[in-house]
Amino acid sequence: MSDPIETLTPVLTANWGDERSWTLEAYEAQGGYRALTKALGMAPDDIISAVKDSQLRGRGGAGFPTGMKWGFIPQDNPKPKYLVVNADESEPGTCKDIPLMMASPHTLVEGVIISAYAIRANHAFIYVRGEVLHVIRRLQRAVQEAYLAGHLGKDVHGSGYDLDLVVHAGAGAYICGEETALLDSLEGRRGQPRLRPPFPAVAGLYASPTVINNVESIASVPSIVANGPEWFSSMGTERSKGFGIFSLSGHVERPGQYEAPLGITLRRLIELAGGMRNGNALKFWTPGGSSTPLLTDEHLDVPLDFEGVGGAGSMLGTRALQIFDETVCVVRATLRWLEFYKHESCGKCTPCREGTWWLVQVLARLEKGQGTEADLDQLLDQCDNILGRSFCALADGAVSPVQSSIQYFRDEYVAHLTQGGCPFDPAASTLFAPAGARA
Amino acid sequence: MSTDTPLDDRTVAELREIAARYPQPRSGLLPMLHLVQSAQGRITPEGIEACAEVLGITAAEVSGVATFYTMYKRRPVGDYHVGVCTNTLCAVMGGDAILERLKEHLDVGNDETAASREGDTATVSLEHIECNAACDYAPVMTVNWEFMDNQTPESAVQLVDDLRAGREVRSTRGPRICTWREAERVLAGFNDGLADEGPSAGPASLVGRELARENGWTAPTGGEQRKADDK
Repeated sequence: MSDPIETLTPVLTANWGDERSWTLEAYEAQGGYRALTKALGMAPDDIISAVKDSQLRGRGGAGFPTGMKWGFIPQDNPKPKYLVVNADESEPGTCKDIPLMMASPHTLVEGVIISAYAIRANHAFIYVRGEVLHVIRRLQRAVQEAYLAGHLGKDVHGSGYDLDLVVHAGAGAYICGEETALLDSLEGRRGQPRLRPPFPAVAGLYASPTVINNVESIASVPSIVANGPEWFSSMGTERSKGFGIFSLSGHVERPGQYEAPLGITLRRLIELAGGMRNGNALKFWTPGGSSTPLLTDEHLDVPLDFEGVGGAGSMLGTRALQIFDETVCVVRATLRWLEFYKHESCGKCTPCREGTWWLVQVLARLEKGQGTEADLDQLLDQCDNILGRSFCALADGAVSPVQSSIQYFRDEYVAHLTQGGCPFDPAASTLFAPAGARA
Repeated sequence: MSTDTPLDDRTVAELREIAARYPQPRSGLLPMLHLVQSAQGRITPEGIEACAEVLGITAAEVSGVATFYTMYKRRPVGDYHVGVCTNTLCAVMGGDAILERLKEHLDVGNDETAASREGDTATVSLEHIECNAACDYAPVMTVNWEFMDNQTPESAVQLVDDLRAGREVRSTRGPRICTWREAERVLAGFNDGLADEGPSAGPASLVGRELARENGWTAPTGGEQRKADDK
């Protein structure tokens, strides 16, 4: 690896904050939809090759190579092909796609058109979570503007290519961010994951070949088409190319969105964010949402790319960096995450449905300082019986905070038992702590 | 005892219009249920039957879907449905304190509607919500699914009192808050023309971009930019 990555590289975030940035007029004024013109002059397979060559890996958490996913679509299959954008951003800590779609919905719409053209889909869907009303308004308006401008509809710009795009609002279910649950939900059913194989590329929406990609992945496509795959792969690290939006939240001075090459470190990002709040010490953090095992201040110099974070025992996930300082009780944090997983388990698989319920029971007791140290081994045993035993990754994500918090903070769990309760003052962690919390 | 507004012909026609947006009509069920809520203020037995009839599926199948998703309500919510994020990060940053204060102030439990006081022009219901993808604005609240960023217990009390008194409330990153029923209509896919309200982004969304500008940091020049530079 070359020099450490020190600076930011705004691409997707470059036009955020511009005057009326969400409108077609503003988007086109800064070069928007030129990549579409270029793409329509290319053979679809050449676009797939360009995305493969860029080495873009999925930005929704798993990091699967996007171009390879597109290449799995069997073009000799006579059924219609579909493109579905996963805009169900709900992983705790993840907050990058929502501001992207609010500030620049046309970046996503242009990406959808190019990507759908590449995989030869005539229908595309943006499945956006329902709880973000204004984002949905802006997506609806952007799609309407794109139709009026001839970017969507019949015979897009005389190319002979037809594309319809529907903005589809969900109705409150974390599980629908899981791609096969999302497809069931988009078919008008309960959002429950499907057993794979078959994978969506072969039998996805309506049992037809389907590409399902995250918002940020699809939004990166116009820049790759416009600037070339080498441009994209000139950023990042050896096996994690390009840029990504890093979302810092919690106890830093300036939480927010920082777009940088993959491989930047948390140490550098915290520096850019003005340091830790009140100069407090970093205690623990999630690299990519609550489903990725916690890391600590030992990991400040881990390159935030797929391999680096994997090597540290966690996952890059969605680059959702939730930062917790020394005022926060890790047992409280873990219990709250587990209550979330218990609530959001779709109930299909027994280890997840029952297991998350039991984890909450044991954790709630520990947090109150009840139970014994043997309960910690009980928790880890339960985790072993949940991990890898369900259809989808929700269950695997649920055990991450439990296992990692015990790994790094076993003493803190024990302190709850010896002190007969939580040793922390929750008011000290709040945003309004300096003025004195009145809970 | 039901006081639900009956579904009118226009709404039934719109349910059919939603189903027609999709290659297979059943895909329209989620937005159709949003429209039922807009028209009737909750998921009613009549609304379930109407969706079933439009889609040619059973009422049991529609009920199975309606009971799976948390945004569908079997009981009416207030004109303004207030959410407080109590997932870990927001809870730690103050969401727990905000929820406790609001429960006490409104004298309600979770997912309940507060009793109207004399002089109130609107009702408010309260629900603790999960992560709403705005963690850089913690602690986060929502009103009818519009963002209310960086709240405190005091601002939250002011917010619900303003809503109940009919004073104008704007999202911190969006338009004047519409009613829950109006919001549900947008979720059903019928735009209300308010997309141009509000800013491009909130301040936290822009911190990295502003820092890059101050320091002159950019992404490398790509093929497209090079062509532009050569001109």
